[in-house]
This record gives sequence, C-alpha cells and structure tokens, in this order.
Amino acid sequence: MWSRRQGRLRPTVCGVEELRRRRREREAALRKARREQQLVSKRLLRDDTPEEAGEGCVAAILGETEVQQFLRQAQRGTEEKEREGALVSLRRGLQHPETQQTFIRLEGSMRTLVGLLTSNQALLQLEAARCLHELSHSEQSTVAEACLPATSYLLTYLSGHSSDFIELCLYTLGNLIVESEAVRRQLLPQGIVPALAACIQSPHVAVLEALGYALSQLLQAEEAPEKIIPSSILASTLPQHMLQMLQPGPKLNPGVAVEFAWCLHYIICSQVSNPLLIGHGALSTLGLLLLDLAGAVQRTEDAGLELLACPVLRCLSNLLTEAAVETVGGQMQLRDERVVAALFILLQFFFQKQPSLLPEGLWLLNNLTAISPSFCTSLLSLDLIEPLLQLLPVSNVVSVMVLTVLCNVAEKGPAYCQRLWPGPLLPALLHTLAFSDTEVVGQSLELLHLLFLYQPEAVQVFLQQSGLQALERHQEEAQLQDRVYALQQTALQG
Amino acid sequence: MQLPPALCARLAAGPGAAEPLPVERDPAAGAAPFRFVARPVRFPREHEFFEDGDVQRHLYLQDVLMQVADAPEKPRVPAFACQVAGCCQVFDVLDDYEHHYHTLHGNVCSFCKRAFPSGHLLDAHILEWHDSLFQILSERQDMYQCLVEGCTEKFKTSRDRKDHMVRMHLYPADFRFDKPKKSRSPASAEAPGDSGERSEGEAMEICSEPVAASPAPAGERRIYSHRSVSELFLKPVLNVYSVLRILGCTWAVFLILNSER
Repeated sequence: MWSRRQGRLRPTVCGVEELRRRRREREAALRKARREQQLVSKRLLRDDTPEEAGEGCVAAILGETEVQQFLRQAQRGTEEKEREGALVSLRRGLQHPETQQTFIRLEGSMRTLVGLLTSNQALLQLEAARCLHELSHSEQSTVAEACLPATSYLLTYLSGHSSDFIELCLYTLGNLIVESEAVRRQLLPQGIVPALAACIQSPHVAVLEALGYALSQLLQAEEAPEKIIPSSILASTLPQHMLQMLQPGPKLNPGVAVEFAWCLHYIICSQVSNPLLIGHGALSTLGLLLLDLAGAVQRTEDAGLELLACPVLRCLSNLLTEAAVETVGGQMQLRDERVVAALFILLQFFFQKQPSLLPEGLWLLNNLTAISPSFCTSLLSLDLIEPLLQLLPVSNVVSVMVLTVLCNVAEKGPAYCQRLWPGPLLPALLHTLAFSDTEVVGQSLELLHLLFLYQPEAVQVFLQQSGLQALERHQEEAQLQDRVYALQQTALQG
Repeated sequence: MQLPPALCARLAAGPGAAEPLPVERDPAAGAAPFRFVARPVRFPREHEFFEDGDVQRHLYLQDVLMQVADAPEKPRVPAFACQVAGCCQVFDVLDDYEHHYHTLHGNVCSFCKRAFPSGHLLDAHILEWHDSLFQILSERQDMYQCLVEGCTEKFKTSRDRKDHMVRMHLYPADFRFDKPKKSRSPASAEAPGDSGERSEGEAMEICSEPVAASPAPAGERRIYSHRSVSELFLKPVLNVYSVLRILGCTWAVFLILNSER
C-alpha cells in the first residue's frame, strides 16, 4: 500500500505551494468539522487513465438528456464496447455533484444501474460499480441514500472471488456507511458485519485494506458504541482477526495494519467490552507491534509510520486503564521493559517529524508509569529522565504531561527520588516555574513538593538557585497560592 | 531530543521487566494543599485530546484524491480467448479476464449453466433447484435457508424465506439471486433449455456468448443431482452437505422412504 501510494504521486499542474495551501485549508476544515463532531472523510478510487487525462482533466457536467442517453446505450446497446463506453462517459460525468443530482432525480436511473451491476457482462458490471463508487463519494446524504437499492448486491459480491471488484465494493460501502445513518440502519440488518467477517479471510492485501477502511467507517459512527459494537462486532470473529492483522512479522502490511488499528481504537475507546479484547491478547499483540514500529523508525522507513503509531498508542493507553489488566497476581499484563525503550524512540521520532503526536505518546507513558513501579524503575535505569526533560519546551500541554510522568516516578518514594537528584531535574523545575501557564506551574509545584519530601537535600540547592524568588512570582495566583505558600514554608524551615 | 546510546541495544535485546525499586509512600505526599495522585487516564472517543491525531487520519483518507496520478497502466498481453467451453470472449488485459472468469465461470451450476456471484449462492441454488432429496426433505422440515451471511434461519417454502429476507434483512423483494423456481416436478433435473429466457438485467445466467449451451442428453438426467466430480475437486471448500449427499444420499433416501411405510 505504501509504495503504491507513493508511486502515484505525480508532478501536478499546480505547484508545491498550491498543494501546501490546499493541505492547510483541508486541515482547517477537518479541525472545524471535528469540533462540530461532524468528521467525515471518504476514499475515492479513481484511476485516470492516460487517455482520459489527455482529453482534459476536467470532465463535463452531464445534463438530464445525456444521462438518460448514456444509460439507455449501456442497457440496450448492441456492441459491448459501445455499452461499456457509455458507462465510462456516465462515470466521468458523475465526478460532478451536479451530474450526481441529475442522476438521482431521474426516474429509474438507479434501477437501471443496479440492473447493469448485476448483469451477465463482467466489464459492464465493473463500470456500473465504478459509477456507484463515484456516487458514494458525494457529500450529500441524498445521493448516498439513493444508492440504497444497490447495497444488498454490494454485500453479496463480497463473497465472490474477483479481488478488484470486491475492493471496489468495499470502498463504496465504506463511503456510503459514513454518509448517513439511514444507510447504516439498512446495512446492519442486511448482514454487513457477517459479510465483512467472512471477507476478512481473503488473502488479498488490497481487499483487506479496503475491508479495514469500511469497518473503520462503520465503527466511527456515532451510534456505534450502543448499536453496532456490542451486538454485532464483539459477537463476531472480527476482533480476533483484527488482532491477527496487527501481529508483527513478515506478513504485516502497513496499509492494512493502519486500518485495523483504527478499527481497534474505535472499539476500545467506546469502552464497551475491553476485558474481552484483553482476553484475546490485545495488550501483548499491541505491545509487540509497538516494538516493531520503533524498530522500523530506527531503520528510517519513513513511510507514514505515525499513521500506525497513533492508533496503537491510543489502544494501549486506553486498555491500560482497565481493571482486568491487573489481575495476574496484581502485576500488569504488559511488563516488558522494551515497551518503554520503544516508546522513547517513537517520542524522538514525533519530536522530529510530528510534534502534535507527542501528547499521545506521553499519555501512554503516564499510564505505564502511574501504576507500575517496574516501569518507573526502567525510566530511571535506562537514563530516560534527561531525554524526557528535553521535551519541556515543546508546548504547555507537553510540559504538563512530562511533569506528570515525573510525579508518577517521584511519588513512589525516596528510592525513586534519590535517583532523580542531583541531576537536571531541579534546574528544569526552576525553569518551568518561570512559565506563565498555571497548569504547568501547578504541576511543577506538585513535583517540587514530592522532591522536598523524599529528598530533603534538594531544598538547600533550591534556595541557593533563587528558588524562593521563582515561587514568589505566583503567590497571587488563586489556583497556586496555597501550594506556593506551603512550599515556601518547607523551604524556609529546611 | 537525545536518546542514550544503550537504548537501541535494549530494544534489540530480549524481553524483561526491571526489578522495581522499593516503593515507600509518605502520607504527607498527598496532604492538602497538594493534590497529585498517580493514575492512568482514559479518553473517550470524542475527547478533544484526539483532535490532532484524528485530523491526520482524515487527511490520510482524503489523500488518495490528491495523489491520483497516471495509474500504472494495466499490463497488456497478446489477445487470447477465454478457454471455457462455449465462451469466445477475447481479452488483452489480465485483470479484465480475471473478473470475467470469476463473474461468469467461477460459480456455475453444471446443470442449468446459471452463474452465481459466490459459492454460497451456488450451493443454495443447486440444493433448491436440482436436488430431489432436498425436495423430499423439505416436505417434512424447514429447509429453505436464509441467504444472508450469518443468518441461520430456515423456512418451509422459498416464499417464506423471501418474506423473511425482505422483512428482517431489508432485502429488495426482487433480489436477483433468489428467483423462485419455475419447474414444479421435484424428480426431474432442470433442462438447460429452461434458462433460455434472458432478459436484460436478469441475474447472471448463461455465458454471455450467443453460443447456446448444449442441452443435456436425456440419459444424463438424474434423480440425485450433484456437481461434476472435477468441480468438486477444484473447489477449495467442500460443502459438508454435498459430500454427505454424494456418499449417503442413496441410503438416506432409502431410510426416509422406508420410514414412511
């Protein structure tokens, strides 16, 4: 998948600046959509063949007469090439929202298209499916809903054998699923989950990636936690298969893994039945995958690894909050110290390539260190405190999380604080006390308190380095004053 | 961000957990005004914490459009004809041939030459249209299986089954892969000639070529129908029922007929 995507990049007519501008615009639009809880994205498979591209990249909008004409030609033409050509013309016209609207308003058009989809002419069938795929990409739910008569057939074809066709059907289904709840309300009783569960046995990588996409769209639905995940997904064999797709090794395909990792994330953060997933070995599979990712990062296979790392981190972090994790003799199921090493390698990778993902990595570090003395010890013995402190300047959110992790370590007692001091920690704290952000300062105060409590020698050094002045700066701040005062007292008495 | 050099070595080495340093908490640690408590945090799906990662995920999904380019041209081969008897379609692109083969010749009923999109539907068709044992059994028990993947309901008649699929599974009433059987007689195999009606838009039936499938000679009509042996060996998944049918149908029918005395 990765090489396929990269291979399809071409020097476009528009320049690099234009591309960047478009990307920034899309990013802003996505952020806005997410805040309004309307995040919908679709995939479009569109192969512009050299001949088509040569005729001008922009296909014309089709009027009603033309749509009718093409449909008639496709249905009743005598020459197979002629019929196929009519559908190709229709498909290109359907790239336009206006043509899509014209099409769905035309009486009998969908019926004709479905007839062609189920016809005995294989290439007509394929072209009809491509037309449907264009329609599925529409941003208007009326168009998606107009495709409802075709869904039972799309599902039926999932148990066929033609992998390209199945891939197309899956992407089309995925697009329709995300567009409207009406579509999902029909697809669920039509048996989409068992159909996907059967299809997941396919040996074709492209089919699996498409399946993962369709499933992720289904799981992302708003009603998924109540209506889809408990009854359908968890009752099927899908969770086990999903975990299989995520097992590291020679068979791991990054494109497929990305889709299923996101599927798993949507299931896990719905918090429907995470102990079940833990029972299927989710923690150990994801832990091993994390190690694998860190290894890939080191080999500088820079092919969008963060797209896979993000959902894996989320899944691990959320799973670690489950009580089931601590069942075996009070110890965590995930105990391998290499997870911490892998996580830091990923944090470094994020620092260089994608700083916006640092909080997600630190979230996992928090959940690992909060309840596990063993992981806190690893942090110390692997000399990871200094690298952690290097993240402080990135942003306020990152600072708070770094300080929280350090508090996790410090609160475990004197044996831990002894290893935190002397060292770069105190100077770093004096530095963060100069921040204006209340939360950063508040967390610094908490850490100072623990340090003073378990490592009293630090107080003297604190005073010598103008610690009191650093504290004074915040004594008027409502959320901080109690703690500032308490620390001042401790320092003066020490 | 500088990582200690030994870290990579640690990752490459074997699994292991650090022996934890002794934990010794002082109650004063959590005393007011300090309020830190070490605890794992969970975020629900819509939390704003996930915004950045979600946006990146969606940029990736949408990127396919941005990266569409001259598709690698499908390799062309010297034109060749489909090798299936009676089919004269010619191809010069392998992918097209693959799709043609799977669509028209992949799951074909050896009696009436109808093609089906999946082995599952072909099996159901053979059972219901060409299997006398099925007809006999269906008089005594519900045999018409729901065609939806994952549904195990069975029905007395194909009409009941259709009603179920329409009501429960929201399938179209004119679902093309569930045509009602035309012939009433349970004992005769369907003559291939019956599938001659071929209106456009009908379910995939015969090979698209005008060359008509030759009707089976009278001597081949059997009471117990089964797929041709070669198809059985080529099919990767053997339907248990079909095996039992072939091995046991003789004595099974005998038993049933005997029990009626």
